Amino acid sequence: MLREGKDGMSSQKKRDQLILHTALTAGRIMIENGSEIERVEDTMTRIAHNAGAQTSQLFVMITGILMAINGEVGAQIEPVKRRTFDLEKIAVVNDLSRQYADHKIDLQQFSNRLDHLDSVSRYFPFWLQLLAAALVSGPLEVVFRHNLPDFWITCVVGMLGWLVYYLLSKFIQIRFLSEFAAAAAIGVLAVLGVHMGLGNSVDDIIIGSVMPLVPGVPITNSVRDILAGNLVSGPARGVEALVSAAAIGFGIAMILQFM
Amino acid sequence: MTVVQFLVEVAGTYVATLAFGILINIPRRALNVGGWIGVLGYLLYRFTVLGGGGYVVGNLLGAVAIGVASLQAAKFKKMPMILFNIPAIVPLVPGGQAYQMVKNFALGQNDTAFNYLLQVVMISGAIAFGFLLSEVVNRVQRRVWRHRR
Repeated sequence: MLREGKDGMSSQKKRDQLILHTALTAGRIMIENGSEIERVEDTMTRIAHNAGAQTSQLFVMITGILMAINGEVGAQIEPVKRRTFDLEKIAVVNDLSRQYADHKIDLQQFSNRLDHLDSVSRYFPFWLQLLAAALVSGPLEVVFRHNLPDFWITCVVGMLGWLVYYLLSKFIQIRFLSEFAAAAAIGVLAVLGVHMGLGNSVDDIIIGSVMPLVPGVPITNSVRDILAGNLVSGPARGVEALVSAAAIGFGIAMILQFM
Repeated sequence: MTVVQFLVEVAGTYVATLAFGILINIPRRALNVGGWIGVLGYLLYRFTVLGGGGYVVGNLLGAVAIGVASLQAAKFKKMPMILFNIPAIVPLVPGGQAYQMVKNFALGQNDTAFNYLLQVVMISGAIAFGFLLSEVVNRVQRRVWRHRR
């Protein structure tokens, strides 16, 4: 009898454990890859609700998540250690959450797919990313400065600058340092390009080439978080964007002063 | 602005928005719509400036348009809204002014630099405020929909 009771309790406990694990993993994946806090809260509450938890309490911050449901297990913490920009993962989590709400997958499948999603990252092929960096730089230089002759050199400099950023972020995981180095490389290449007669205006080339480095995700999320009332995470993202911008600015300023 | 110039700007904005989307790994399904939302926001900004509305109002209107259009796209495609508005604000980013600010500070011309700093702050504020206004529109719309149901 005692054993039966224990088994009954442990299956309920397992279920609660699974709910917490699924919701926390979903939340962590979303924050790690650049989601705003309100969406994370919304998704996690939905998962808990759809899984049958009567109430759920959440505390979501940019560096960690705390979640409790009124069941057999206590509150659990999930730290958020790294932050990158991979918006596809957010879309996938969103999609899985919708499928779970429509009862197309069960909780165990949901959890397994999240763990799988967490372990693999499916970026666009490397050559396409390089091409994309070139195609952010060149067209924006033309749109901003109307300097058509410098289009090609801006594409090349922007692509090389982004390559420096990409390689450095792979080997030293400090984003601000990679941004600084990439900006410095862009400055040097722009000055050299004009010296060699490949371009007319150092200013225009640099303006176009730094555009792939613009911290678009932190800027947008910071505004959205502050508006939603997340007065801790919003300004934290704002600082992230500001430090990125300052790193790029210092990189450029250093080159302009020396060359 | 001649017709050719106009077409070049539209094409440039579209390509740049789409390419930025690739850099932050936006799903393929969302790329095209995101590109057009970027064009919409940029054109609203551009025409406001050409019509004499000033760059602050232009950025404000552009940001409002991007915010509202992104929510419609998110509803239509059933995808998170940030997939559409993050690449779309890239053409509005005050890159030129920020660069001139850094350059003038580096060269010691602080008066000019402060001038540009003011512009950068005004434009960023206008974009943030534009997002706030679009959020108001979105919340009103959500409430109306809920009442209708």
